[in-house]
Amino acid sequence: MVISTPHPYTQNPFGTTISADDICNTLSFFDSWEDRYQYIIDLGKELPPIDDSYKDEEHIVRGCQSQVWIDSVYSEGTLWFQADSDAFIVKGLLGVVLAAYNGKAPGDILSFDIEEYFNNLGLMGHLSQTRGNGLRAMVKKIISVAQLTD
Amino acid sequence: MPVRNIFDIDTVRRDFPILHQEVNGQPLVYLDSGATTQKPQCVIDAIVDYYSSYNANVHRAAHSLSEKATARFERAREKLAHFINSTSPREVLWTRGTTEAINLVASSWGSENLKSGDKILVSALEHHSNIVPWQLVAQQKGAEVVPIDVTENGDIDLDALDTLLGEQVKMVAVSHVSNALGTVNPVQEIVQRAHYYGAKVLIDGAQAVSHFPVDVQSLDCDFYAFSGHKLFGPTGIGVLWGRENLLEAMPPYQSGGEMIETVRFSGTTFNELPYKFEAGTPDIAGAIGLAAAIDYLNRFDRQEVAAHETQVLHYAIAKGEELSGIKRVGTAKQVAGVYSFLLEGAHPADLGTLLDQQGIAIRTGHHCAQPLMERYGISGTARASFAMYNSVEDVDRLFKALAKAKQFLL
Ligand SMILES: Cc1ncc(COP(=O)(O)O)c(C=O)c1O
Repeated sequence: MVISTPHPYTQNPFGTTISADDICNTLSFFDSWEDRYQYIIDLGKELPPIDDSYKDEEHIVRGCQSQVWIDSVYSEGTLWFQADSDAFIVKGLLGVVLAAYNGKAPGDILSFDIEEYFNNLGLMGHLSQTRGNGLRAMVKKIISVAQLTD
Repeated sequence: MPVRNIFDIDTVRRDFPILHQEVNGQPLVYLDSGATTQKPQCVIDAIVDYYSSYNANVHRAAHSLSEKATARFERAREKLAHFINSTSPREVLWTRGTTEAINLVASSWGSENLKSGDKILVSALEHHSNIVPWQLVAQQKGAEVVPIDVTENGDIDLDALDTLLGEQVKMVAVSHVSNALGTVNPVQEIVQRAHYYGAKVLIDGAQAVSHFPVDVQSLDCDFYAFSGHKLFGPTGIGVLWGRENLLEAMPPYQSGGEMIETVRFSGTTFNELPYKFEAGTPDIAGAIGLAAAIDYLNRFDRQEVAAHETQVLHYAIAKGEELSGIKRVGTAKQVAGVYSFLLEGAHPADLGTLLDQQGIAIRTGHHCAQPLMERYGISGTARASFAMYNSVEDVDRLFKALAKAKQFLL
């Protein structure tokens, strides 16, 4: 996949150098919640911060607990995402989501089973139906973008 | 002669079966009673007993089960009337909860008593449930909802109230206890000042009734609303208390079965209080369950319960001062039930997640009080909220877990 001009979205390690499988493999090594959450927090540190100009009404996904901002571009059959949050663990979880979705074709995004992925990671609670769950709302946004471009 | 139980925290904890379980591999510490309280076994039993031995519709049928259900249902209303020292059970209306109670007043009282240019004062501390219903009726009537500011420490600014009060103010709606900060508001004082200008006063007692005795006569308020589920009772049931003369003059809120006297196509007449406001089959099990919760509370000397809760809350406040980085949000003169805080440099949502992993249930976020959060320039707080079954050991677990979370986040 080549984008003609270097674009900040392709600099995002999630979905490029860190894959969903990598995250599954690493998380399966850990027994304790401490190790798992330390890893998720560390993942969050690798998520490139979104430019402040994107932190506006158009890009916000509001949750009761925390806020998430997301932006997407579509280029040559591929969707690229940038996402950020004001909470560290949510940031790590955004990385987990983007590892599955970033730099993928819309069709691949639509066929990916995010519930099973989170279930396997033991993180299903974070994708729960709780009202105002920012992460779930973000997944919905990604899917609707994929449906638009598919 | 009623027998009082001496308050003993271990005995009380045993009465609440849900507390004795592990969450994420750790013994549960439940510090989210502000959202909903847990239920003692006697409440659970009362609901089971109703459904297994005398379930029937109330006020309708001519058979024995219905008579028994009706008697218990109305006895529940009497208990609730007594609980808040209402002069009559006719002033006690069943609702689904605080939110519906406030909507009832805003809609029914508001439709008759508000006109263009009128003002409704609500404090900046309020839960959205005590803001939005007023905004809706204000919009319909051309009235205005005006916030009463709070001071930096989280008390309602009584000077600001005085400045706002005037002829055009028809309603002052304030919480008895703030769900976000725990502030106990001087509602008696607020009632006096509002009544001087002829304004009515609604008190949102959702966070008050479980913590200390409430007496609507001595408060001298006009409406008092609360939820059963925050008072050790079931969800789906709540109370609106209103002054009889006001309720009499108000039009029905919803209409249909049981709230009607006669229905003809030429015109319908409505049943007397409280039934005028209770359209359709009520939450019978809920009312009976809530009455059982009141019975449970009445087993104790409520001053003793309050003293225990104050001890636990003040212990939490003191522990918070010892752990560096913890900043308490709201330092009102008098507080009940709530310890709201931030860990500097960490997001409350992250704290919530890391505490949950350690078996500690708290709430994080804006607590349905966005105007208040805006007042403080924050997006939310972490909130530990307490009930009679919480112990100082719970507080110790909270702070141990916070110290650990801090290592992760800072
Ligand atoms: C102060 C206050 N008012 C109103 C409500 C709404 O109560 P309910 O959801 O039971 O109607 C709550 C509950 O969170 C509250 O804390």
